[in-house]
Amino acid sequence: MTRRERALTTAHRGTIITGIALLGLVGVYVRALMFTPMERSQGLAQKIFYVHAPVAWAALLAFGITGLLSLLYLMLRDRKLDLIAAASAEVGVAFAVVMLTTGPLWGKPVWGTWWTWDARLTSTLFTFLLFVGYLVLRGALTDFEVRGRFSAVLGVMALVLVPFIHVTVYWFRTLHPDPVVMKPEAPSLPSVMLVTLLTSMAVCTLLYVGFIMQRYALAVLRDVREEEAAGGLS
Amino acid sequence: MPRSTTASVAFAVAAKDLKVELRTKTAFVSSLVFAVLVLAVLYFARDKTTVGDFDLAPGALWVTFTFAGMLGLNRAFLLERENRALDGLRLTPASATGIFLGKVMGNLVFLGVVELVSLPLFILFYDVPIWSQLPILVAVIAMATVGFVAVGTLLSAMVVRTRFSEVMLPVLLLPFLVPPIVSAVQLTWRILALRPLSELTGWLSLLGSFDIIFFTLSLMLFEAILVE
Repeated sequence: MTRRERALTTAHRGTIITGIALLGLVGVYVRALMFTPMERSQGLAQKIFYVHAPVAWAALLAFGITGLLSLLYLMLRDRKLDLIAAASAEVGVAFAVVMLTTGPLWGKPVWGTWWTWDARLTSTLFTFLLFVGYLVLRGALTDFEVRGRFSAVLGVMALVLVPFIHVTVYWFRTLHPDPVVMKPEAPSLPSVMLVTLLTSMAVCTLLYVGFIMQRYALAVLRDVREEEAAGGLS
Repeated sequence: MPRSTTASVAFAVAAKDLKVELRTKTAFVSSLVFAVLVLAVLYFARDKTTVGDFDLAPGALWVTFTFAGMLGLNRAFLLERENRALDGLRLTPASATGIFLGKVMGNLVFLGVVELVSLPLFILFYDVPIWSQLPILVAVIAMATVGFVAVGTLLSAMVVRTRFSEVMLPVLLLPFLVPPIVSAVQLTWRILALRPLSELTGWLSLLGSFDIIFFTLSLMLFEAILVE
């Protein structure tokens, strides 16, 4: 099988997985809206939680995988690792956008404000911007070998930076308690809600896998086309 | 011919960069003027009846250093891009470690001088009586600058290879500056407010560990940037 055919197979499988995951997402929402009890103090707004938290998990997973694959790429220099790392960053950024939009939608009715400089909000925002930077850097480099090396270096740096940012903003907040911030203590979730949440997390993980397979296949196909174009010229 | 050690390579690279800088002084003068301008403009960026000089001062100082530093960092490898001087540097038997350390040294001297000149102006403009606290403030500035320059040198070596490198550096570098700059601002206001040393240790250790970890990491990763 040629590289192109393999990529097309991956893309096809990715599409199937994405389809299953999207059906799962519908299932999660049917369950969340019809079969999961209403939270007493937050009302309908709490339903956002069943997409917000799982999506945040998927985004974090995606960024973590980008960082780890970057490290592996620097050691093994396998082009596949670079392409998967990039696909993971792209998918992670997409998930992070959903996380950062659903968060304020929930925050407005519950906290009374769209945005607060809470530690977790701040660190996810910076993490998001960091990986947008990663993608911007990739976009600005044309040579695939240089692009692979440079973005892997940035990926490794990012992996180490994220815990640092978290500690920094966490200290910043705790040392300066802000009376406007009314972050409720996380209640221990009733099991019905927990099942909905865990199902949704599984679905989002599957969605991540489906997306990443398609993005990766696309990257390989682009690569193949570029090679063919270069071959045609020489 | 004497064998070149990492240290001698580093000194040679730093000396070369500083010599180029001394002969033109463009980057230095513009960074300095820029720093003074930012300090002066930030003074007006508030409602003076509610935000006092003292509340504004720590943030103003670090925004100034950050912006001025970013200008300086861009210069270090843009210099090498002209006439493809970086290829020449790569052809020499100089190790990547030596080149990185040299670039860091050059940038540290550059930024250090900019800071040295703008610090008295800061004290003057914002009327902060800190003469007794000066040694500890200088130590904090030095610590934050080392972390800043280490990461900045690595990233600027990458961005010079891209289009729009002047825009790219801040986009990539600013997230990395969150830990050192936030720590430095927190430390600066505590120092200006004459807080006891025990209130500084937490942020100092954060700043110190950032320096150690990111300096080492940048040093290790620099080879992957330089070597073709």
